[in-house]
Amino acid sequence: MPDHRGVLAALIPMDSPGPYLHWGVIQISVANLVVIVLMLLVFVLALFLRFPGRHDDGSQR
Amino acid sequence: MTAAGDERMWTARLRRRAVSALPPEQLLPDRQPAYVSSWIYVFGVLSLASLLVVLVTGVVLALAGPQWYHVSGTGRFVNSLHLWSVELFFFTMVIHLWGKFFMAAWRGRRALTWVTGAVAFLGSIGTAFTGYLVQSNFDSQWIAGEAKDGLNSVGIGAFFNVLNYGQMLLFHVVLLPLVLGVLIVWHVLLVRRRGVVPPYEQAAAAQAGTAGGHRADAESTVDSTVPVGQKQEVAG
Repeated sequence: MPDHRGVLAALIPMDSPGPYLHWGVIQISVANLVVIVLMLLVFVLALFLRFPGRHDDGSQR
Repeated sequence: MTAAGDERMWTARLRRRAVSALPPEQLLPDRQPAYVSSWIYVFGVLSLASLLVVLVTGVVLALAGPQWYHVSGTGRFVNSLHLWSVELFFFTMVIHLWGKFFMAAWRGRRALTWVTGAVAFLGSIGTAFTGYLVQSNFDSQWIAGEAKDGLNSVGIGAFFNVLNYGQMLLFHVVLLPLVLGVLIVWHVLLVRRRGVVPPYEQAAAAQAGTAGGHRADAESTVDSTVPVGQKQEVAG
């Protein structure tokens, strides 16, 4: 069975602390920032993407 | 078959009150208003689905114990499922919170729905935090040491001890899930009882149609007076 952890470890350094961003008194890990940006992206997509089965006149199937 | 006078018994009175407070057709409606056909309305139920996975995997972890979930391949898989379903739970719950905040979902006598949801969100943070404390590894030990200073600095460290593993384990698997369970069931029942909050434009149109009516009443009657299943125009 191939060792997928080896492949992942080659892409992401998993044996060292995660990188942090510093901006004055604010500091945030890159991992947390990525999650926040993804949440914002999904939120915006949820507002603008058309829901399946929705008609222009607003009626439902 | 009921005998004369049965309707005055406490069981009948309790049943009538329960059915009146939570009518079955509102608890499990066949149709929803048309404005619910939007992706922003799915994040509440996605949060519930994630929470279900959290609960099921949590029960499996509690039954098998750390000797299993820290060592065996299957145990580590279930442990990871528990972690990632929590991540997904918070991800979807935050988007649900943003959506409801910008909809002002407390309109139309829905304040208690908003409050139970907000308190459930805070309770979820506490439950997830105690989960990090009971990982039974060096990570949890470090988190507990840091959290002790943080909680003492804000003055709430006297009420519980994050370094007390037994206390935090009971908080995580009994106390907080019970509180959270009650809050979330209450929240969902209120959503069913009061209905999903209508868009601003639709509430305004209903208000305009309610001569002399109070704004909150107009907003609450948008979906409560329209029979379930009746098609409505989507505003905007």
